[in-house]
Amino acid sequence: MNQGAALPIKIRHVTKSYGSFKALDSVSLDIRSGEFLTLLGPSGSGKTTLLMVLAGFTRPDTGSILFGDREVVRVPPHKRDIGMVFQSYALFPHMTVGGNIAFPLRLRGVNKTEIARRVNRALETVKLGGYADRRIDQLSGGQRQRVALARAIVFEPSILLMDEPLSALDKQLREHMQVELRQLHESLGMTTVYVTHDQREALTMSDRIAVINKGSVMQLDTPSRVYEKPSRRFVAEFIGESSFLPVRVQGGDAFLDGQRLKLDDVPGDGEYLLMLRPEKLRILGEEQKETQHFNLLEGRVARFIYQGESFVLEVVLPSGSQLTVRDMTSSSIMNSLPQPGGVIRLGIDRRDSFLIPEERP
Amino acid sequence: MRAGSTLLHAAELYRDEHRERLRLFSLSLPALILVICVLVIPVGWLFWLSFISDAGQLSLEHYRRLASQASYARIFRTTFEVSFYTTALCILLGYPLAYLLAQMPRRLAAICMIAVMLPFWTSVLVRTYAWLALLQRQGVINSWGMEAGFWSEPLPLVHNLSGTLIGMTHIMLPYLVLPLYGSMKAINSDYLKAAANLGASPVRAFWLVYLPLSMPGLVAGSAIVFILCLGFYVTPALLGGGKVILVSMRIATDIEMFFNWGAASALGVVLLVLTLVLLFLASRIADFDRLAGGAR
Repeated sequence: MNQGAALPIKIRHVTKSYGSFKALDSVSLDIRSGEFLTLLGPSGSGKTTLLMVLAGFTRPDTGSILFGDREVVRVPPHKRDIGMVFQSYALFPHMTVGGNIAFPLRLRGVNKTEIARRVNRALETVKLGGYADRRIDQLSGGQRQRVALARAIVFEPSILLMDEPLSALDKQLREHMQVELRQLHESLGMTTVYVTHDQREALTMSDRIAVINKGSVMQLDTPSRVYEKPSRRFVAEFIGESSFLPVRVQGGDAFLDGQRLKLDDVPGDGEYLLMLRPEKLRILGEEQKETQHFNLLEGRVARFIYQGESFVLEVVLPSGSQLTVRDMTSSSIMNSLPQPGGVIRLGIDRRDSFLIPEERP
Repeated sequence: MRAGSTLLHAAELYRDEHRERLRLFSLSLPALILVICVLVIPVGWLFWLSFISDAGQLSLEHYRRLASQASYARIFRTTFEVSFYTTALCILLGYPLAYLLAQMPRRLAAICMIAVMLPFWTSVLVRTYAWLALLQRQGVINSWGMEAGFWSEPLPLVHNLSGTLIGMTHIMLPYLVLPLYGSMKAINSDYLKAAANLGASPVRAFWLVYLPLSMPGLVAGSAIVFILCLGFYVTPALLGGGKVILVSMRIATDIEMFFNWGAASALGVVLLVLTLVLLFLASRIADFDRLAGGAR
């Protein structure tokens, strides 16, 4: 099913306002051909609006959208030839599973035997072979999701849009489908734009993630770079957990409460925040001395939270700042943990000590 | 010891539940008695009367007369024709109207809905006389039309089939629009977006997706209109001018002029049976749609 050559998408200065509310604020984004790109953001960030603009259901106030070399801003949705999986799935209740999947082929004037062949193949692709005659209301949520996917890919579009397609499924099925969707994308190769507010889903599935907030792209990068090197506090806070400690950079040195930090690269003078991911902080024993690889922090344990495979410690520093530390619940670590109120020594690898610019709200 | 006390408990709970059900049933008793008194008994009485001959014997006389006299067949045919045309006109006018209402923003739709409902709250008699004033030879429409030079002779707009249809369509329209509007409002706009995304032009999206999904409302509305038309009396009697004779009018003449309750009852029973058959068929179609998930 690889005939539909993937197309790159170029989004240029797309703006959409509803009254005084700017849903999209001059968004520019290049989506590579065959890429799995996720639009990740909180609700109301504009990610769905951007997807609707791509699908043609919302017309932007200004801007340009190119599918390959084709300008599509003025092309109505039914002439865009792109697949879409809706959050509600939008499977037609008056048609069978097969009828739903055949729908785009019927509209394209494909002959009957070819329709039957392609419907069956699409059903096989989503592992629902033999379901063609079922009614939609006989299907479970996960099966509906697969039918919606089969319907969106059966006409081999070069672009596939997905609007939170897994949000209605339970956690286990969702994680399973994440892997399956990703595999399907690899075998079909179409340019995929995926909308979600679930950061873990975005990190698991995407080639690149565009973090969207307040109608703008905050950061466009690979999952690991978005997580490890967020460009700003919003991204660091939205994706994963993190604690922030104020840092001042002066004359090429960074200081945290007067303590000089070991950093791989020190930015220009100014106010910064040291981003601390809970799982990157190491709990150090008494014997471990200061090393040139670690920045050391000392504080008191405020709370211990047991979470099964891992545990979380809330630590208060002398400056009053709070940190969160996460580690695995192996007996060697658990046995040497200080009680709440006790002193704890933490280390963070200099490669994980990352400064992000302090934003004045 | 413990097992014994649980068993006792279960029996007590069962008795409680039984008592609760009885209490609920006793609440619906007055309504049940009322329905039996004003509906079941009179209808049963009519049914019985229709089998009593003019001589007071138990017989099929009235039904034989219905079957043998051509005038009765004609009346039934006219009744069904008028009902059919009225329903068709209501669909033709009502579907676009309901569609327009369903597309409007809620507040505007509510205002327009009042406009649809307003005549609904006025007496049928008043509205029928209003149509008489509009449609008759020296009526508003004819005098305006002739003054403006659209036509030179008064058009025969009333005291005939067209007058009957105009009046009945006007009165029946809300019965079609209301269920249809409800069914259209329930159609998730994602279905139409999906249709467009899959390549359906707006026209094809309408025929392939919107119309089938609005079908339960259309069938329900049409069934209500058609069945109400079958028994409609006031408007066809006034606007038909004696030229359009429906079953309801024949029943009235049988009773008012000939005091023949048996004949009138037989007519009523036949009409009732035909109506029930139609209602059954309509419900089969509507149910089929609901089975296919069309109601959602």
